[in-house]
Parts: sequence; C-alpha cells; structure tokens
Amino acid sequence: MAIIECDDVSIRYITGDFKSIGLKEYVMRKLTNNFHVKEFWADRHVTFSLEQGDMLGIIGSNGAGKSTLLKAVTGIMVPTGGKVTTHGKIAALLELGSGFDANMTVRENTYLRGAMLGYTKDFLDAKYDEIIAFAELEDFQDYMFKQLSSGMKSRLAFSIACLVDPDILILDEVLSVGDGAFRKKSGDRMREILSRGKTGVLVSHSVGQIRELCNKVLWLDHGNQVAFSDDVELYCDAYEEFLATKKLPKSMDDVKALAKGHDQRMAAERKKRAEEETKRLQGVLEKGDSDEAIQAAARILAKNKPELLVEDYQDLLGS
Amino acid sequence: MPQQELAKTFKRTRRNLKENAFLFQQLVNRDFQQKYKRTILGMAWSVLSPLCQLLVMMFVFKNLFGRAVNHYVIYMFAGNIVWSYFSDSTNMGMSSLMNNSGVISKINVPKYLFLLSQNVSSLINFGLTIIIFFFFCVIDGITFTPAMFMLWYPVLCLVIMNIGIGMVLSALFVFFRDIQYLYRIFLTILNYLCAIFYTLDHFTPAVQKLFLANPVYANIRYWRIVVLEGHIPSLQYHLLLAFYALFFLAVGAVFYKKYNHRFIYYF
Repeated sequence: MAIIECDDVSIRYITGDFKSIGLKEYVMRKLTNNFHVKEFWADRHVTFSLEQGDMLGIIGSNGAGKSTLLKAVTGIMVPTGGKVTTHGKIAALLELGSGFDANMTVRENTYLRGAMLGYTKDFLDAKYDEIIAFAELEDFQDYMFKQLSSGMKSRLAFSIACLVDPDILILDEVLSVGDGAFRKKSGDRMREILSRGKTGVLVSHSVGQIRELCNKVLWLDHGNQVAFSDDVELYCDAYEEFLATKKLPKSMDDVKALAKGHDQRMAAERKKRAEEETKRLQGVLEKGDSDEAIQAAARILAKNKPELLVEDYQDLLGS
Repeated sequence: MPQQELAKTFKRTRRNLKENAFLFQQLVNRDFQQKYKRTILGMAWSVLSPLCQLLVMMFVFKNLFGRAVNHYVIYMFAGNIVWSYFSDSTNMGMSSLMNNSGVISKINVPKYLFLLSQNVSSLINFGLTIIIFFFFCVIDGITFTPAMFMLWYPVLCLVIMNIGIGMVLSALFVFFRDIQYLYRIFLTILNYLCAIFYTLDHFTPAVQKLFLANPVYANIRYWRIVVLEGHIPSLQYHLLLAFYALFFLAVGAVFYKKYNHRFIYYF
C-alpha cells in the first residue's frame, strides 16, 4: 500500500488579489471594473507515490515548487487540482521555529510544539527528558525561548519533531541545523528512523545529502515534474550537471547525457586537482631545502601509500 | 443530503476537538500567559480596567441620567461588562488567525482552535469582571434572587454568538487587512446603540422594541431584568437570544467552511 500518493497534483497561487489592497479599495476597484488577479502555478501535474520505508529527495532550483508540494502532502494546503492521499501520522518540519512562543519557557514550548505536532500529554511526558537531552538543552529548560541562540532553537525544534515517533517524516531544508556535531547526530537520527521502516520526504539544496539519505528522487522545475525515479545517482548527477549548464533534460537520453557530462566534469576536476597538487609538490621539491623536500615527499607518501608510513616517520610530516 | 453532510461535519469537528484537546489546552494556556505576561498585576489589570472605566462613566453620567434610575451604577455596570466582553472577544477573535499565521502555514492544525482558545481566554476575563460585578451588587444593596441562577443563559448565548462572529471576522481579516479599522468604527456605533449609560424611557415603545434588534443590547437587557427587576425574562427573550447565538454561529460556520482552505494563500 502506498503511504504517500500524489496524483496529478497542481497548486495555484493567486497574486495581485485583495491581500494588500483592503476592503475599501477592493469595493472601489470592483465598482470601476478595475479588479484583476494574476495566477501563478506553483506545481503542475506532479505525480508520485511512496511505499513504506521510502525516502524521497525533492530537488530543484529556487521557486521550483518544492515547499509548496510539501504543504500539500502535509495537508496544510488543499491542491487546486489532483489529490494527495497519506496513511499514518505525519511529522513535518517545514520551518524551524514556527509554533514556538518567544515568551514561554523551553519546557512549555516543548509541550506546545509537541501538541501542535499532534502528540498527547502522556507521550510528551514520557519523551520530554529524551527530547531535551537530544537537543542538549538540559541547562536551559527554564529559560525563555527568546533567550536561546538560534542554533539552540533549531536543535529543540528538530528534537521534538524527530524523537517522537512519526510514520511519515517531512523535512524542508532543515538537516543543516546546528553545529557540525549536531548535524551528524541529526543525520544519524534520520537514518535510524528510516531504518525502522518509516517513510520520509526531504527537500535539500545539498545534493550530497539526497544521495546519501534517499532512495527515490523527484525533480521539479518551475512547478513541472522533470522526473520521479529510484535511480538517485543518475538523476542527482544529471541535476548537478543541469545546475552547471542550465539545460533541462527532455528525454531519458538527455538525462543520461547530463549524467555522463557530470561524470566527465567530475573526472576532469579530479584530474585538475591532482595535477595542481603534483605541481605544487614538485615546486617545493625543486626549490626547497632538504627538510621541506623530505616533508613534501613524506606527505605524498602518506597520501598515496599510508601503510608504508611507519610511526617512526610520522614526525617527518611536520606540522 | 445536506443533513448527512451536516452530521458528517459535526462528527468530524467533534473528533477533531477530542484529538486536539491537549493542543487546545496548551493554546489556552499560551493565550492566557500572553495576556497577563505572568504578572499578578496583569491579572489585576483586567479587572482594574473596567473598574476605572466604570468610575469615569459614573462621574460623568450619574448626574445626567442617574436620578431617573434606581441602582444606576449597577445598571451601567451590567451594560459595561457585557459590552466589554463582546468587544474584547470579537476583537481578539478577529486577529486570532492572523496572529498564528506562522503556525497555520507550517503545521497542519485545525485553524478554529486558535479562535476558540482566544475566546476561552476572553471568557475567563469576563468571569473575573462578573465577580467584581456581584461585589458591587452587594455594596449597592441589590436583592439577590434565585432568578440570578439563570444568568448562565445570556452568557452561554453570548459565547456562542461571539464565536460565530469571530469566525466571520477572522476570515475577513485574512482577506482584508483594513477590516480591523472598519470594525472599530462599527463597534463605536454599536456601543452607542447598546444603551449602556442611558435608559430607553424617552423612546416610544416601538423604538424600544427596535433596540432589541441589536444582539448585544438584547443580552444586556436580559442581565438588567434579572439583576435589577429580580425576575426571569419572558420566553421571548430566551428565544431571541438563542436565535442570535445560533444565527451567528451558523453564518460563521458556513463562512469558515467555505473559505478556510484559502486562508493560507493570504498570510
């Protein structure tokens, strides 16, 4: 059974509407027949389905309709056309920090936000310590939320959304939260949730993250669906090449050509880097005095054949 | 068919409320704290503010109208607390969706919970002023009668009506930002039509009846009959209040149901 199913989903925004003009102006414009609205399709005919345990990565440049699509999946928005069906409890992290109240304590906010995500009091009582421990905020429980640093806020938001036990986890550009250590921890946490057979959707501008975490990929461009596939590597390669060349693939052959282009470019870059490094080292060897030359040679050795570098020679490497 | 639809909506709403009872409790807690900012004085302020208002009005109007009415202070106070609750609750209700737009556009929660929790916090405030009101009744030598136990009825009707009006206003406020200024003007006009500090004795009976077309005045009138005249109003009053409450609730519910999916585009 499909856990998430998007069937021909289209979402339309209306701009130039009465949002900014107010009732008086609206009536005036209606009377003078001067009232116009502009339409804007954020998503057009997007179709995909996810089974249990799938992790979908959504890629696409800014304004591709990724976040809007997530809103439709979480049920915040009702699609203008098409249908979204989901089975199970959804935990969505579309933006860290929404649903928190600046003037309440960390403890109160944990419960408030938890309640908004649909968890019960008993559940939160049981999980509270774990949430705080994961967010590393043990010493800040009775601080006002506004007194926390932005990193702390994000950590708390992430912990609440993940430590609880969703069937479906939806993340919009939030995995790059906190410092390096926390980022690693949150990445581990994601993998753990997925290994328990949960379903997830991840929007990220880091293609590396998508490659690492996802087994399916959806590529959007200006609201149109370019591809939905389980060949993550191929499409991520193609997407990265697309970012460099701005050529949108029209067919499978295009995609393959893009991916190939990406491989070639990567290989070329690797080669270029290696050449630069060699040149630098050669330069050192040629002009340098003996100490530096030895160090350089030792570094090359350490890089290429580390097993040869016994401990006695470690100090040769220098600083 | 519409009946089935209605039953389904009702059932879903009840299930939603049950599932979100904890969230609701958290929201009420938040709104209450936001209002009083955790201070003792904050709480006292909500009582002090109508008291000060009352003192000023007493000072200004007592000599003007006071001689004609027995217990003029209570007469005015009854009008004032009902009016304050009405304007406070609908004003807060109006901004309840916009104030939580950040949450509504990022988390899938039933939107009307924000309106309801706002109403609960206004109601608690109203409860506090009612206590003060009875305190003044004692001072002013009002005879306490069993009829006063019926005061839950106008309160209940007003709560329901406020929720209905809040539904319409909060939705309108999402679409038209200037509605708050227009509503403020409307409130000022309505305030003068509520006979808070004057009596209707100078008007012909027909005009006096016409005043009852103002739902807030009808509610105030119910309070005055119970407290000042010491008896339970006629059945017609009950029906009238019930009609206003259900009418506005129905209008609000229809309005809300029709437009609630579109709110998100306007935040």
